[in-house]
Amino acid sequence: MGGTPLPEGIKLIDEKGLRMDGRRPDELRPLKIEAGVLKRADGSAYLEWGDNKVLAAVYGPRECHPRHMQDPTRALVQCNYNMASFSVDDRKRPGPDRRSQEISKIISEALTHVVFTEYFPRASVDVYIEVLQASAGTRCAGLTAASVALADAGIPMRDLIASCAAGKIDDVVVLDLMKEEDNFGSADIPIGYVPRTDEIVLLQMDGDLTADEFKKGLGMAVDACKRIHEVQRDALKRRYAVDDAAPKGPSPALDGTKEVQ
Amino acid sequence: MSKDVVAYMKKDYIEKLLAKGERVDGRRFDEMRPLSVEKGYVGSAEGSARVTLGNTSVLVGIKMIMGQPFSDTPNKGVLTTNAELIPLANEDFESGPPGRKAIEVARVVDRGIREGQAVDLEKLCIVPEKEVWIMFVDIHALDYDGNLFDAANIGAVAALKSGTVPMKRAGKGEDYPIPLMHEPISVTAVKIGKHILVDPTYEEERVADARLTIATNEAGRLCAMQKGGEGSFVVDEVLQLVENSKRLGAEIRSRI
Amino acid sequence: MRENDSKENPREIVVPGDLLAESGMKAGPGAFSEGGRIYAGQMGIKSVRQNMVGVVPLAGQYIPVRGDQVIGKIVDLGASNWLVDIRSPYPSPLHVNEVPWRVEFGETSRFMTVGDMVSLKVVGVDELMKVQLSMKENGLRKLAGGMVLEIAPSKVPRVIGRDGSMIQILKNATGCRIYVGQNGRIWIDGDLESIQRTVEAISLIEAEAHNTGLTEKIKHLLDRNSNKGA
Repeated sequence: MGGTPLPEGIKLIDEKGLRMDGRRPDELRPLKIEAGVLKRADGSAYLEWGDNKVLAAVYGPRECHPRHMQDPTRALVQCNYNMASFSVDDRKRPGPDRRSQEISKIISEALTHVVFTEYFPRASVDVYIEVLQASAGTRCAGLTAASVALADAGIPMRDLIASCAAGKIDDVVVLDLMKEEDNFGSADIPIGYVPRTDEIVLLQMDGDLTADEFKKGLGMAVDACKRIHEVQRDALKRRYAVDDAAPKGPSPALDGTKEVQ
Repeated sequence: MSKDVVAYMKKDYIEKLLAKGERVDGRRFDEMRPLSVEKGYVGSAEGSARVTLGNTSVLVGIKMIMGQPFSDTPNKGVLTTNAELIPLANEDFESGPPGRKAIEVARVVDRGIREGQAVDLEKLCIVPEKEVWIMFVDIHALDYDGNLFDAANIGAVAALKSGTVPMKRAGKGEDYPIPLMHEPISVTAVKIGKHILVDPTYEEERVADARLTIATNEAGRLCAMQKGGEGSFVVDEVLQLVENSKRLGAEIRSRI
Repeated sequence: MRENDSKENPREIVVPGDLLAESGMKAGPGAFSEGGRIYAGQMGIKSVRQNMVGVVPLAGQYIPVRGDQVIGKIVDLGASNWLVDIRSPYPSPLHVNEVPWRVEFGETSRFMTVGDMVSLKVVGVDELMKVQLSMKENGLRKLAGGMVLEIAPSKVPRVIGRDGSMIQILKNATGCRIYVGQNGRIWIDGDLESIQRTVEAISLIEAEAHNTGLTEKIKHLLDRNSNKGA
């Protein structure tokens, strides 16, 4: 979280209530999800959200490693969130840093809540989230993609988890911060939410908010999660859409600059 | 599962097919899998490319930072290559720092680019003896079905070809394209029994006795070679593969 | 096994958390009940049978069930057992008492060794998902020769077909011996070309398992292949 003063003349939100990228306070950045994009993983999902590009893969349930972590009563859901070195402006050294480890932990905990872990004692469901291009909100993108990847892998689970963040910029509570808003804004509230049961399974907050502002932000994020949930469901259903004319298998990429040889 | 048929095949089944002159996926012994190259895949990188070679998918990103040159090359930029075989890409890959396999891939790709003089490092010098560009070539395996060497190399060359030196962001002037001088392309083959197969799949790699990667540039000159595996090649096989690599390298180069 | 909807009925794909039934139904495999309602517990195709609603999964690992016939791979040897990989999350022991031969203590390697493929039956699964395997039933044995293919376990019913119809088509067209394990391993034996044709057909089944018209496509493929060599 920034809270640093903005460079001269830049406003995060203008007189008309429009943000730097033209969005209204409660608008999401464009979101696209595709399920089943990897051949080797048991389940996978690729997501583009604003300028974020995130890939999630699931292997399992499989034998739990490390062995000493095995739980005799249920499977572990072990998530590893990682940012590729080239995903950010200043190259990130490969390997887990403290931020990645924290995010991995809270995402693992969120996903554990919805997976029927009791069906697979002693096993592990391994979830890998790889951020290929980062632009604020990568943990929400990661959790959203991971939920789709779990379902794609056929893991028994109660629900999909949708994830989104609210925040505050220039004293206005807004939804889905983009990069500059994240850097110069004054609060960030990522949540993980299950629409069917109205459960919050991931919640963090940092910055400076009144209780009312928080309530408003939380409400915005919850509503957005309901919309995101539909995008997730649609991605999974499209995966098996019956269409004999279309080529089988996932498309190699989603942006328009493709040159397939 | 999102994979198509994952065939568990015994080595003798693959070898029986080879004896008939056939490969499991129907390719000729000297044929590469379908290749697709997408440049500029990741906007946060100074150069990037996503390569799919059959079912193998690799993303290569180039990041540049300013730093000090090495004392023995005070007027040249620095090139360093790293490979991450992330567990997402294959059930055999483990988390953690790069193991020997990842290190070998990185060093072989690096050798091809460096010895092949792909990048004009002198054009990456900002202030001689004091400040140069340090170029990181980061290879990220996304989906692994064999032959990371070639997929990574193609990705690296494609990323370099379409990349930009970020002078503006560093406040050092205007951006300019990464100074690419040559395009070294590697072609990898494996030996199973007495059969030599180009561009092995994961299953073919697993039962192979030996592997040979040969990188050539557009003038047909050799830049780098690496033999791997516990088996061996005879001289004629190596020479044949050199010719193969020149020919296939030229075809691949025309499509990047 | 699962073909309870006619060819005209579009298959309804459901994702975890989707509501399957409001009231008056029981939860079948792949579904769970909460507050009297039935929800999908896996991604798959909604399946309704009398008063039970469940989900036929489109993906997922093999979950051992008592009575399943499976193809296992020996991965380790003990003094009085073999350790078998049956493609479930953990390898399972096969005790010397559960094989048709008389095996002396420490002699396990004389009968089966690491890498061998064997047909087995799951005789028990406990709450800890520990699996008991047996080779004692008629027809179970070490599988020599041929080759073993792995497909997604969720696609096995399509390879077998209703009352074994699909597998019969494959056997008739290729002349191969084909043995399908519930765990998604398929043993195929025959001459090399017939094995190749069988592998091709099974690959198509796996790719198109969720679509209709599969039987026709397979027949078409097999006819085309047999004409090739004629």
